Amino acid sequence: MDAIQIDNFQKQYGSRYAVKGVSFSIHFGELFGLIGPDGAGKTTLIRSVCSLLPPDGGIIKINEMDVYQNISAIRNILGYMPQHFSLYQDLSVEQNLHFFADLYQVPQVSLKDKLEQLYHFSRLEPFKKRKAGALSGGMKQKLALSCALIHTPEVLILDEPTYGIDPVSRQELWEMLHTLQKENITILVSTAYMEEADQCDRIALMHQGKISSLGSPSQLKNAYPYPLYRVSGRDFFPLKKFFLKLPQVHSIQLFGDSIHISFAQKPNETDWEHWKKKTNHILTEWNLLSPSIEDCFIEFTRNSR
Amino acid sequence: MQLNGHRIRTVARKEWYHILYDFRTLFILFLMPVVQLIMLGYALNLEIKRVDLAVLDYARSPESTHLVNTFKGSPFFHPFPYDGSAANMDHLFKTHQAHAAMIVPSDFDRQQQRENDISVQFLIDASDANRATLIQNYCNRIIAEYNQNNTMSLSSLFDLRSTIYFNPDQKSAYFFVPGIIAMILIMISTLLTSITIAREKEFGTIEQILVSPIQSQEIIIGKVLPYIALAIMEASFILLLGMIIFDVPFRGNVILLMMLTTLYIITALCLGLLISTQAKTQQIAMMMAITLTLLPTLMLSGLIFPIASMPRILQWITYLVPARYYLLIIRGIMLKGSGGGQLLEPILLLGWFTLFFFIAAIRRMNTTLER
Repeated sequence: MDAIQIDNFQKQYGSRYAVKGVSFSIHFGELFGLIGPDGAGKTTLIRSVCSLLPPDGGIIKINEMDVYQNISAIRNILGYMPQHFSLYQDLSVEQNLHFFADLYQVPQVSLKDKLEQLYHFSRLEPFKKRKAGALSGGMKQKLALSCALIHTPEVLILDEPTYGIDPVSRQELWEMLHTLQKENITILVSTAYMEEADQCDRIALMHQGKISSLGSPSQLKNAYPYPLYRVSGRDFFPLKKFFLKLPQVHSIQLFGDSIHISFAQKPNETDWEHWKKKTNHILTEWNLLSPSIEDCFIEFTRNSR
Repeated sequence: MQLNGHRIRTVARKEWYHILYDFRTLFILFLMPVVQLIMLGYALNLEIKRVDLAVLDYARSPESTHLVNTFKGSPFFHPFPYDGSAANMDHLFKTHQAHAAMIVPSDFDRQQQRENDISVQFLIDASDANRATLIQNYCNRIIAEYNQNNTMSLSSLFDLRSTIYFNPDQKSAYFFVPGIIAMILIMISTLLTSITIAREKEFGTIEQILVSPIQSQEIIIGKVLPYIALAIMEASFILLLGMIIFDVPFRGNVILLMMLTTLYIITALCLGLLISTQAKTQQIAMMMAITLTLLPTLMLSGLIFPIASMPRILQWITYLVPARYYLLIIRGIMLKGSGGGQLLEPILLLGWFTLFFFIAAIRRMNTTLER
């Protein structure tokens, strides 16, 4: 039995499909990542799982219950953190937390402990009188997460929680998610930052409304079919041009500080020395590279581009 | 319809915080009606305070002077002698020196002695027809007064005297101030709630609320409650202001008026919420609220123009304007001292409107993000 089951889910806006037939399951207690660029359909899928957007096709089940036939039961066990900060900016941290506690009818007896636990967890205690609008980006996200957790949900769904906040806060947020996972909460999280995929137990790469591959981050990396090299040199553009012409090159991807090149046949050292000479020593360095999730994403979505 | 009182209280309390924390809106909320009431109260005025009357007196006799003095004695007329020719009198009107003119013939005394067939000519500037009619009526009244005092033997078979009830001085303020109050109340109340749900949509906070187990009727009721309290305060403030500034009498039952005003306010607040469920942004919501309340109330409620003299089709449309019923109620209670029994029909119709907007708002409140 899985915590979340999605079977052939479809959603369209007008005649345009936002999500076209997606199926996967999330196990109990799993930290599942939905990875994909903006416009891939992540938010649409997540809103539908949260019972906010009825599907145009397919079924979504949480705890074996069809979401759209048991909306109120589902909403009681669900914690949701939307993509954009959606708490009341004119209310204080404390008032926001109390509002959502009351909305979910958290009993007064357990509320005090719960708040203490969340304040400790988010380190927001010193700011509890501050208006939510006056918090920093990272603190806002922590408050939003705390509000989503106030009723101790069984399933937590977060839509790009690390979007637009600083790297330290991002890391803190992921640590918080790992802590929650230890409390047996099932977590579905979406992100456009590929490097965050490694924080998840399993991930689904989403592109243009479809899942292009699914598995644990290491499974996905192992499935990368070609030898991949990280190449650097004195000037990237002529280098890229040079490799594009080579028949054994499969793909070339320009990164900030290097070029990632995959080969249909693995080149040996003589090949590299040869190329170094041919490029007038613009080529300086090459290392065999274990692929990152970003490399995987680019490779696995190649055909649909 | 299942209701959870706890969740309704929660939404109401949060909404109350929004009201309290927004000093600026609160300030505008109480300043706006003062400005509107004063501006409209003085601008919407059909009374004529001063009529400049040019007098071309050919008789120049004690009798003609007496006639002019009778006009001088009236608070409305301000007669002044005119020495030009009768043919040039329209010049006076064109240059706005006079609103009316009176020509007393040279044989005024002799005619008077012959006891009938006295002719004094009046010329009235009728570029404003309403005003011209009023001036004519005033002239008639003063001439009648003059005749009564000076004609010894003239008596008519019967004497037509009308007594004007409820507003003997025919003061415009008595008529308009309750109407302006009705207009300000519906506009402000509708505006208040029209932005509440639209604001949550604009800021995205709606997403976080909808994903909770709350139901649409609980959101609507929770949102309307604090605004009822606020609008009642606002209404008392405006009513008091109207009575103090314009000296409008209050003849009826205050508690009855406050109860019915609350009903009227709830109608407007529910209309505002209905608008808010449909509008995507606060700006659209405000535009809709103002369009749907201001013009119909101003034109089609009987505030300025009597419904009875409208074309038939417009008369039918007036039944859809809630202010129409409230105007009957507030004018009835304030000016005539009517009781609840006499106002049963407008009360019931207003009640139906309240119920309709309330249910419509709940049904249009979507608990998903689907458009």
